Amino acid sequence: MALIKCENVSVGYEGQTVIKDLNFQIANGDYLCIVGENGSGKSTLVKSILGLKAVEKGRIVFGDGLRQTEIGYLPQQTEVQKDFPASVYEVVLSGRLNSRGLRPFYTAQDRRTVYEKMEMLGIHALSRQCFRDLSGGQKQRVLLARALCATKKLLLLDEPVTGLDPIVTGEFYQLLCKINREQKIAVVMVSHDVESAVEYASHILHLSEDTQFFGTAAAYQKSRAGKTFLGGEAYV
Amino acid sequence: MFETVAQMLSYPFMVRAFLVGSLVALCSALLGVSLVLKRYSMIGDGLSHVGFGALAVATAVNAAPLSVAIPIVVLAAILLLRIRSNTRIKGDAATAMISTGALAVGVMVISMTTGMNTDVYNYMFGSILAMSAQDVKLSLILCAVVLILYVFFYQKIFAVTFDETFALATGVRANLYNTMIAVLTAVTIVLGMRMMGALLVSSLIIFPALTSMRLCKTFKSVIISAGVLSVICLVVGLILSYFCAAPAGASVVLVNLTAFLVYSVLGIARNARRG
Repeated sequence: MALIKCENVSVGYEGQTVIKDLNFQIANGDYLCIVGENGSGKSTLVKSILGLKAVEKGRIVFGDGLRQTEIGYLPQQTEVQKDFPASVYEVVLSGRLNSRGLRPFYTAQDRRTVYEKMEMLGIHALSRQCFRDLSGGQKQRVLLARALCATKKLLLLDEPVTGLDPIVTGEFYQLLCKINREQKIAVVMVSHDVESAVEYASHILHLSEDTQFFGTAAAYQKSRAGKTFLGGEAYV
Repeated sequence: MFETVAQMLSYPFMVRAFLVGSLVALCSALLGVSLVLKRYSMIGDGLSHVGFGALAVATAVNAAPLSVAIPIVVLAAILLLRIRSNTRIKGDAATAMISTGALAVGVMVISMTTGMNTDVYNYMFGSILAMSAQDVKLSLILCAVVLILYVFFYQKIFAVTFDETFALATGVRANLYNTMIAVLTAVTIVLGMRMMGALLVSSLIIFPALTSMRLCKTFKSVIISAGVLSVICLVVGLILSYFCAAPAGASVVLVNLTAFLVYSVLGIARNARRG
């Protein structure tokens, strides 16, 4: 049974359907990259998977014990966070909220998990620092730690390397790869960076107006959609 | 020194003002941190104008002011929040429209009934004498409710303030908590506005949060500092107003402004020293 299975899903925004009859699935331990040009519905699809937006048609099925609220989500950064006074520890701890239910306070177990994840991502030393004072790469690690606190099975990242320099981007990809392999956590990432997507991912989902592709990364490189998108030919 | 303090506290209205004022200052500071960070500060201002209109109408029809004003302002708070989350109408324009509209209704009602007199002045700029013993009881209960809800939902309020999308994705009902914050803000504003004045009460929401953010680096410390600072500024402001025979609302705002400037200078100095 797959973690997530999309069956004939159509989604859209502002009354326009952007994705039609999409089928794909994510299994335990997969690394899926969702690529495609702007406006092809990548972010809308992410919102539908998270349950923030209803699908127009079809259904998204969760399996293998994964619940919709147990996806480790790493959203695009918002304007609010640029001057938000919060310590790294507070931000990471908020990832444990989905295991809290109505209970108001965190337990010692929650705190242990937080320190464990911070250790794993090498941000342990930053725990008392203010989130807004961190560098872009450090911020993404903090948000990744928060996402890991919220999930045991699946990470969902929405363009996580936007605005990071090439070296930090590379480190971030390495880190994701390690988490994917060592912790057996499936990764779904929306990305603009097709070259890296093919390099790291096990599967690719390509969205565009006229073609859809879902398959392994190796098959994608041989496919027509992959060749045009990767080859850097005039593709406007 | 001791005698003058004892004399000040021998007036029941001063005791009431200190009591209700401190509680309202505490509640509004806590709520203010979320509102300021979520860029909702203007909602406080809008609600206080709606409160002015509601109080004017209540006086005109001889009803108990708080029990008329609270439901109306709570409704306005929910409405303002709805408009804000609807991107088709510009939130700030809608807030301005509602607040000036309510202000106009209030002024109209007052001029048609009692006429423009000291009542209007008191509504606008506040009066330390405004609280009756019954108001005090209601204020105490409502402030206790605000504080308990805030502590109980503190973690969720943090999550919703910091990152609403993530909170929603992990199953936190963000709209519920946003509405809760707006409703609690509405109640706090109505309680505070008769002492502080409709035009000045939103300062209780905005100042403590902004001041604390100059120096504090964590959410918890901002919350605690805002709460403490807000109460201190209110008490100092009331004492000033008593001894200088100055309007209470304006005194409290000026003390808050001074605190903000002091914190800003300290913040700049600290940053300069570090780098």
